[in-house]
Amino acid sequence: MIRSEILKDIAPILKDQLIVCNIGIPSQELHAIMDQPSNFYMLGTMGLASSIGLGVALAQDKTVISIDGDGSVLTNLGTLPTIGNNCPDNFILMIIDNGSYGSTGDQPTYTGRKTDLAGMARAAGCDNVVEVQDVDTGKALQAAIDSGKGTVMIVKCDSGNAKMPVITMDPVIIKDRFMKAIAS
Amino acid sequence: MNLDKKITDDLVANDVSFVTTVPCKQLAGVIEEIDQREEIFHIPSNKEDEGMGLCAGAFMGGKRSAIIMQNTAIGVTINTLATLTQFYRMPLPMIISYRGELREPVACQVEMAVHTKALLAQMHIPTYHFHWQKDVEEFDNILKYTFMSNKPVAILTDANFWGGYGDQ
Repeated sequence: MIRSEILKDIAPILKDQLIVCNIGIPSQELHAIMDQPSNFYMLGTMGLASSIGLGVALAQDKTVISIDGDGSVLTNLGTLPTIGNNCPDNFILMIIDNGSYGSTGDQPTYTGRKTDLAGMARAAGCDNVVEVQDVDTGKALQAAIDSGKGTVMIVKCDSGNAKMPVITMDPVIIKDRFMKAIAS
Repeated sequence: MNLDKKITDDLVANDVSFVTTVPCKQLAGVIEEIDQREEIFHIPSNKEDEGMGLCAGAFMGGKRSAIIMQNTAIGVTINTLATLTQFYRMPLPMIISYRGELREPVACQVEMAVHTKALLAQMHIPTYHFHWQKDVEEFDNILKYTFMSNKPVAILTDANFWGGYGDQ
């Protein structure tokens, strides 16, 4: 499966959840598959989906799911110790690890070679790290939500992108409706 | 005047309850003060752009946030300031140790100091420079201005403000 197929597969689980979605094609895919006010789309700032999601989770009680990528986590590796040492029970970091920089033309990342993100997350102090194959994503995500424990998921899948339109929604509107969804 | 206490008191009075820090020798006292306050959740960052991501999330989650960092961090946060904090219109007080100014003992710090105000001006970030201890009296107003305007705002605090580096 490629990322867009996983997102379609887990859309019923993502419904009404607070989601912080990674820059570029992941956000475009989520927007096209299931736009909702509780989706925060990153239009720029590669690497910070996990940090923004952690900030939201630390500030309030609802469950927050950050949908991140292997390339983006690699560009902000300092996030893993911060999560490992501060992870609240309502934060799920779901790293879709397709071993490539999808939004820029599927250039390979190091996770497709020797680098093991799950091992890095564990070494950084993250207590609940689960590795799953693409087809098992929904089951693992639902289990993470139900567990009520902060979780880092590494979802292994194939490289590739669906052709989706660029998000033209104004960033202030994205922020405003996300904040209202949080406060509701 | 206890600057560390005054800055922390003003943060609390302005309902700032989430602070991330990347340390600097000059900022050690205020970081310690913030860490001890029950009203503030203190979360150290490993890099300043990561910290701005945390602050953006906390703000959207309903908490006023602030970052404490060195001016060298301006060099690594330009993209985050432009595409996250400014693009989505979020308030962010940035309490910045202004290294490389008068009374600085380390020459390399000057290399970023000479670019600091120019970079902030280029980014259209409102900037205040605390050089004398009495300048801290403006801090409360600056915080109110930041949350009124929904912008990142820089407060540069130099070595003279903090009382120099002692015998170095």
